[in-house]
Amino acid sequence: MNYKLILSIARSLLLARWKQTLIAAIGVTFSITMFIALLGFMSGLNGLLDGLILNRTAHVRLFNEIKPSRLQPVMLDTAYKDNYHFIHSVKAVNSRQDIYNSASVLETIKNDNRVLGVTPKLLTQVFYNDGTVDITGVVNGIDPVMESKLFHFGDYIVSGDINGLNKITNSIILGKPLAEKLMLDIGDNVQVITINGDRFSLKIVGFYQSGLQDYDKTQGFASLATTQKLLGKPNNYYTELLVKLNDLTTAPAVAKEYAAKFSTQAEDIQTANAQYETGSFIRTLISYAVGITLLIVAGFGIYNILNMMIYEKMDSIAILKATGFAGRDVKAIFLFISLSIGFAGGLLGLLFGFGTSLIIDQVPFVTQSLPTVTTYPVDYNPVFYIIAAAFSLLTTFFAGLFPARKAAKVDPVIIIRGK
Amino acid sequence: METVLEARHINKYFISPKKVKVLSDISFIINKGEFVTVIGKSGCGKSTLLYILSTMDTDHEGSLLIDGEPMDEKKERELAHIRNERIGFIFQFHYLLNEFTVLQNVMLPGLKLGKYSEAEVKQRAMEKLAMLGIEHLADKRANKISGGEKQRVAIARALINNPAIIMGDEPTGNLDKKNRQVVFDIFTKLARDYNQTLLIVTHDESMAEISNRIIEMEDGKIIS
Repeated sequence: MNYKLILSIARSLLLARWKQTLIAAIGVTFSITMFIALLGFMSGLNGLLDGLILNRTAHVRLFNEIKPSRLQPVMLDTAYKDNYHFIHSVKAVNSRQDIYNSASVLETIKNDNRVLGVTPKLLTQVFYNDGTVDITGVVNGIDPVMESKLFHFGDYIVSGDINGLNKITNSIILGKPLAEKLMLDIGDNVQVITINGDRFSLKIVGFYQSGLQDYDKTQGFASLATTQKLLGKPNNYYTELLVKLNDLTTAPAVAKEYAAKFSTQAEDIQTANAQYETGSFIRTLISYAVGITLLIVAGFGIYNILNMMIYEKMDSIAILKATGFAGRDVKAIFLFISLSIGFAGGLLGLLFGFGTSLIIDQVPFVTQSLPTVTTYPVDYNPVFYIIAAAFSLLTTFFAGLFPARKAAKVDPVIIIRGK
Repeated sequence: METVLEARHINKYFISPKKVKVLSDISFIINKGEFVTVIGKSGCGKSTLLYILSTMDTDHEGSLLIDGEPMDEKKERELAHIRNERIGFIFQFHYLLNEFTVLQNVMLPGLKLGKYSEAEVKQRAMEKLAMLGIEHLADKRANKISGGEKQRVAIARALINNPAIIMGDEPTGNLDKKNRQVVFDIFTKLARDYNQTLLIVTHDESMAEISNRIIEMEDGKIIS
């Protein structure tokens, strides 16, 4: 087939009806623009909302839960092996909350090549004391550097400096709402009473705000050494090990393996936060549905315009066929017309979509609960652009296919005789 | 004598609204260089016959041979190629593509054939236009020229691939006296000087007079 000739005929037909062509192309441009902007925006918001939880959640969390032994003495006695055991009031004994042999466990995990990083954590209940009022809360003993690297801890420090935790002994970062309740500012001291009744005075070096008000109201962050001091424990006392993996999807398998290997409890992120994944999935689904609907509507527009064009150009089609153009040549002409509308409209749509994304990205978005965000989040994922480009060609192809097939079947005799 | 076109026992029915026989046992031969006119009253089936002979209408009984080659078993694509290469068509209503210039209109079937380069096709198209005395219109849009000029452009287009036969369906039917004379002169010149085979359907008596052979039809049959 002589594509150059087909193309030049298609172009001439297009330009002859450039107003209609323009309208069809604008339809595609508009829908692609909206598709890109909508998905970018939606996905940006998804990332933000997921980030609220997922970013600072360990992929695998190792800890020791206080619970009674599953293996009771009566079960070990072979004499009662076939009997049913009724045991009442089983209690947990000798429980320790810290990880056994934590130093070597840490080392082993660090050397696992599936692991991006691991950081120990020490969680303890305390009372924050303000005059006569005690506020219950927790102190998280963390390694501020690793915690920032793996779980974006630094992003949530709204004022002060995380390095203060390491530089200044007996220092603490407080949740902002908690500090407000205690009416304390950076540089002040806060009184902390541990569960053992010991009283410590810690210097405030920063404020933390995650965006979850209730959570922030109870949180304090201190270095591991400071927290171990609060509890009067040695410097290898950790209650949790937080593991971040290279590939999030392997978390359940790794958790299972570590639980068996290190005889601790291990929880993976999928189990801990299943609802967030569902939420993002549904939001993404809705944006795709809306975007694709827009494209299909644009496709119908092209279908209509091409149909009309074919009725107008019946004479031309008849003459092309009479002078030796086969049905498939005519079909190719109309498919070219349709695809070039899709291509030009789609390309412009991608550019406008990118532009709209940039504009959305500049719109101020300040909210109390999201201290790190100043403008609307936008995702510039190239996958959206690829999908949009592919879909603009696909819909215009199908929108053109049916009119083109109709044009291919035009019987020149009927048209020429009908005059 | 070399046979260009042969019709063997062609029958044609119109099915709707009821079955009517419009062509009945049409057989004839056209030799190279002949100028044949088909005459007859309106509705005698002469145009129907022409569309069958042009391969555009394949819904008929009997067989058609062009250059000795049977057309019966050919596919749509092959028939299109035969029309492109061997048949030049001239209609009553010019049928130029208004989106193109005169020159492009003439070039289209030549480009479609793809036997010559674009430059060659262009040169040949200019030669045809010059032969018909309209080379000055080459770059005008097809809808910006007069009716008589359009018909001459259509003849140039029919000639572009040096077809074995030129078919015309009332080529002068829509023209005034002066332009009719121009078309007559062109046909006469083509037949005499270029040995071009022509098959023209007309009910213009004077057209029939300038031809070598007249086929007269009545009620779907050839009567002389």
